[in-house]
Amino acid sequence: MRTYKQVFSETKTALVPFFVIGDPDLQTSLSIVKASIDAGADILELGIPFSDPIADGPTIQKADIRAAKNGMNVKKAREFIGKVKAYKDIPIGLLMYYNLVYQYGKEKFFEDFARAGVNSVLIADLNINDADEIIEPARAAGLETVFMATPNTRDERIKQIASKTTGFIYAVSLLGVTGSRDKLSGLVEGFLNKLKRLTKVPVCVGFGISKPEHAASIAKLGADGVIIGSRIVKIIEENLGSKDKMLAEISKFISDVKKTL
Amino acid sequence: MKHTGRFGTYGGFYVPEVLMPALEELEDAFYRFYQDEQFSQELKQLLKSYAGRPTPLYYAKRFSEQVGFKVYLKREDLLHGGAHKMNNTLGQGLLAKYMGKSKLIAETGAGQHGLATAMVGSLFGFDTKVFMGSTDIVRQSVNVHKMKLCGAEVIEVEGGTGTLKDAINEALRYWTSTVSDTFYLFGSVCGPHPYPTIVREFQTCIGKETKAQCLEQLGRLPDLIVACVGGGSNAIGIFSSFIDDKDVRLIGVEAGGKGIKTREHAATLLKGKVGILHGAKSYLLQDEEGQIYETESVSAGLDYPGVGPEHCLLKDSGRAEYVAAEDTDVLDAFELLCKTEGILPALESSHALAYLRSQKGKLDGEAIVVVNLSGRGDKDVGIVEQCRPAG
Repeated sequence: MRTYKQVFSETKTALVPFFVIGDPDLQTSLSIVKASIDAGADILELGIPFSDPIADGPTIQKADIRAAKNGMNVKKAREFIGKVKAYKDIPIGLLMYYNLVYQYGKEKFFEDFARAGVNSVLIADLNINDADEIIEPARAAGLETVFMATPNTRDERIKQIASKTTGFIYAVSLLGVTGSRDKLSGLVEGFLNKLKRLTKVPVCVGFGISKPEHAASIAKLGADGVIIGSRIVKIIEENLGSKDKMLAEISKFISDVKKTL
Repeated sequence: MKHTGRFGTYGGFYVPEVLMPALEELEDAFYRFYQDEQFSQELKQLLKSYAGRPTPLYYAKRFSEQVGFKVYLKREDLLHGGAHKMNNTLGQGLLAKYMGKSKLIAETGAGQHGLATAMVGSLFGFDTKVFMGSTDIVRQSVNVHKMKLCGAEVIEVEGGTGTLKDAINEALRYWTSTVSDTFYLFGSVCGPHPYPTIVREFQTCIGKETKAQCLEQLGRLPDLIVACVGGGSNAIGIFSSFIDDKDVRLIGVEAGGKGIKTREHAATLLKGKVGILHGAKSYLLQDEEGQIYETESVSAGLDYPGVGPEHCLLKDSGRAEYVAAEDTDVLDAFELLCKTEGILPALESSHALAYLRSQKGKLDGEAIVVVNLSGRGDKDVGIVEQCRPAG
């Protein structure tokens, strides 16, 4: 199975699109993910819809609602991942809210999803203080561990986060929730430099990255990966009437970003 | 964090990384100032001269005759703002002032916490924003107007069913982008640590006064203490002083909505299972997979699928008992207090009164029951009028 490490050693800056599994429906979602792989995605970041996504802005909230309305759930998400892996062996990181993992049973969740083909499970509402609740079962299942760091995370805490991370640090470029922004966060350069100074763990940058130029700037700053979520999910939202146009626009956006990296 | 923020296994601080510095700063400030002489003197003075503490413990003689045992009302409805919420907002507002913050945000369901925050924001000259679900804005419109009059901006939250849960989601999201200069004034004993502890401490004045008043007026402790439970702050406030008095039964009354055999209620402790929401591990109303249910109650203030972590512990240990009251019984109890005592209770507090009615003939005639009458019902007159057009 392809690892994050392989991707980071083979690419200068990995392109990591984010999708809500099952958005807008299961079949279309699978076509979207396949198209994004064909267009140059190096790693996939995938979410399972949750009723109360407190770290997400309106775009991803709506995607959660669309996917859930059309029947997506944890079990179907697991099958979905199997289908993606059958299409291509690409590393997959899950981005989750804790209650879904907790209700499934932590150990079983990590085992089942590792078997389905995910490389890591990042839990948005579980920070490094409680990391020990998941590290052991995650590693026992053979998963990498990924945690978030934010521009207001203090130095000593960044070191702590790095010490518990094996896959990559998910560096949040700004203070806020997910969502497209016109400009790249002014905090990102200093933050990335700090991360690079304090740790050798790979760093992928996400939140608010909405244009190929943004991705190019992040790449220039030395990030190992750039994560783009809301901007792509917005393309889904804007093209619900035409699946062909939706797929074409997503492919074009991803390949445009890919060219700048 | 210096403390784990756990009540047994419940509580904690399950939040995105971006909020951790603010919660650490808040925890540090709380433990620094709470015991500080100047802070406690200033708070004590405000509670007395601004909010109107102590509130009376009142013997409701005619209501007692109806239920067949002695009922005393802890009159938090007489507190400035019309509910116990002011105890907490004054405490946290003062804390914000000591921390040098000038912007407040808050969530609100019934609007009582939002109003109390707006009042405190105006008292201290803060810039105040209150997040409120669209359904609650309609059914608690009087409080919306009051908040605006006190200078707060009321931000309508459209998501979900437009109730308290959605307001908290949006307030948390807003806080992640303003975390460096904004104080989140949380309204109940829920949410991430240190809120359950902070709100508890600022509400303990209810229990302390009640205990002293019982000893002074009755010469003994009550047999039962009854309070409604949504998030659970008024209940924790009055329970806190009696937890070690094992002979005093503590009863929390949840929102039974259309009945706890249906899905349309908010009886989290009775019907929920343990999970993680809004930064804390607690009982939650949720489906098999962990998606949080929409709740249903005639009272906006109890319409919440989670509950404070300390209540979870009190339930598991058996120290407190939890029951539910259905909407129709709540409305009956509301009317009974109006008719027998000339007191309009909040629909939230009417849940506790509904429990008393259910105990008619079951409790001894000499039994002394204290009800935390957590708020007044002016805000609910429209809802009651809709459900029970006056004859």
